Amino acid sequence: MCNFELLLINEKAKMEDLQKLEEEFQARIDRGEKIEPKDWMPERFRKQLIRMMSQHAHSEIVGMLPEGNWITRAPSLQRKVNLLAKVQDEAGHGLYIYCGAETLGISRDEMIEQLHSGKAKYSSIFNYPTLSWADMGAIGWLVDGAAIVNQTMIAKCAFGPYSRAMIRICKEENFHNKQGYQILWALCKGTPEQKEMAQDSLDRWWWPSIMMLGPTDKDSPNSKDLMNWKIKMQSNDTIRQRFIDRTVPQAEVLGLKIPDPDLKWNEERRSYDFGEIDWEEFFNVINGKGPMNKERLQARRDAEKNGRWVREAANTYYKKRKEQAA
Amino acid sequence: MEMKEAIFNYCLRYADSSLIIGHRLSEWCGHGPILEEDIAMTNVALDLVGQSRSFYQYAAKVEGKDRTEDDLAYLRDEREYRNTLLTEQPNGDFGQTMMRQFLFDSFQVLFFEKLKESKDEDMSAIAFKSIKESKYHLRHSSQWVIRLGDGTEESHQRIQNSLEDLWRFSDELFEMNEIDEVLIKDGIAVDLSTIKDHWMQNVVDVLAEATLNVPEDTFMATGSREGKHSEHLGYLLAEMQVLPRTYPGAKW
Ligand SMILES: [Fe+2]
Ligand SMILES: [Fe+2]
Repeated sequence: MCNFELLLINEKAKMEDLQKLEEEFQARIDRGEKIEPKDWMPERFRKQLIRMMSQHAHSEIVGMLPEGNWITRAPSLQRKVNLLAKVQDEAGHGLYIYCGAETLGISRDEMIEQLHSGKAKYSSIFNYPTLSWADMGAIGWLVDGAAIVNQTMIAKCAFGPYSRAMIRICKEENFHNKQGYQILWALCKGTPEQKEMAQDSLDRWWWPSIMMLGPTDKDSPNSKDLMNWKIKMQSNDTIRQRFIDRTVPQAEVLGLKIPDPDLKWNEERRSYDFGEIDWEEFFNVINGKGPMNKERLQARRDAEKNGRWVREAANTYYKKRKEQAA
Repeated sequence: MEMKEAIFNYCLRYADSSLIIGHRLSEWCGHGPILEEDIAMTNVALDLVGQSRSFYQYAAKVEGKDRTEDDLAYLRDEREYRNTLLTEQPNGDFGQTMMRQFLFDSFQVLFFEKLKESKDEDMSAIAFKSIKESKYHLRHSSQWVIRLGDGTEESHQRIQNSLEDLWRFSDELFEMNEIDEVLIKDGIAVDLSTIKDHWMQNVVDVLAEATLNVPEDTFMATGSREGKHSEHLGYLLAEMQVLPRTYPGAKW
């Protein structure tokens, strides 16, 4: 038998092995087992998870910027402390998810490099500017609120480290959500100017918030695979509907008006109907053409660049100490 | 000067310093050299703002004029602020921030150590709570001073420059005036002259480990005890106070 034929037979055997492995893998998932980093997994599964987790971690980190924009202008010491602690939590979330993603064989540096080169994405929502103090309320209430609905679902996902990270993170997100709502509550009970500030903020953040839950199902190319593998448990549209249903009554309690003339309760579906989403805006923002894309990415690149000498110094210092000890 | 007034002003001095340097640190949030540092610096900022609140709340209570911590923080002008000049200096690069923090933390630890013994129970309690925090802050900032000083050639040069730049604000930490005089007599305030040598020794030790040279220039800046600040403070306050100033009486 010539070498070429041998090669073909080998390949075929490998393919059969792979198929068997994949079947077993899928069976584990179907049984509801969690996949751990050391377990065998299909390459596409690993890639998708890296994509999702790094995108999630980047969102936490870039997400520090719009709120960081108001830390120095928080209107009371209590609010200042709350906001600082909130943004710090987001840094912790980012760190935690980066660590989870690293178990899949990619380093934090590589992920950050992908963010800075524009190869990796982060949530569209953080490309909008924070223009008033009320935005600190709207972000906590709507953005963290939308994140909770999404992350509660991810907490049930098939990849162990991601699932566990979400359980821990969701507790903090709930706290952020309440804190944001309280900010708006204070504004809505305050002076007419404050109430106006709150309404203006809702007007600007409502649509971006429901967009951030992702494109509608027919435009979501990754969804089918992800759902088979249970790294996504429900479709974007399902999550969006849940978010809207739980948020609309909260707006009513605040006495704020949601900027959607088509929004109304559908008794039959026991859900809210809502107006058409401007997907063109969404895809523009995702593709770099949002109001703050340039600034957000630049801020991250600057932090990386300005911190380089610090990281180098720390590394050199530890190397010296090690040499000394040896 | 009456005792009550002295205590009020004494508290404001330390409240202002903690708030202003905490505020400066919070400017870093989201822009640190590494994610872990974003978290660590925010921790320190949170502690410092917390310390300032304790002092403001007590000051407001002593004053007895129904002012709140926020009135004191947000509705006083540059000339009424009593933070030391060191605390209001701009962040500069990360090394500059860490050097500023190191000089400050070194003071805070010794200051709180003594203030714990204060005959004023409230102040003693604040010191008791704060000392643990400040010890952690000092460990954090001195470690960075050492790493950067004994790191690369570039980092060594940068942080040596920061030290030269900030050294002139160190003396002022120990300045005393009528307020101290009134309160030291009753064992309430810390006699700052008793901790200065200790401070110098601690600082020199860390600088030596960091292979840094104590600056030869002995010119020392002064003024904050009378509310004469550098030009930086006005901008910081304008930013910090913008909302309460723009919407008088509003609740947030
Ligand atoms: Fe988060
Ligand atoms: Fe959050």
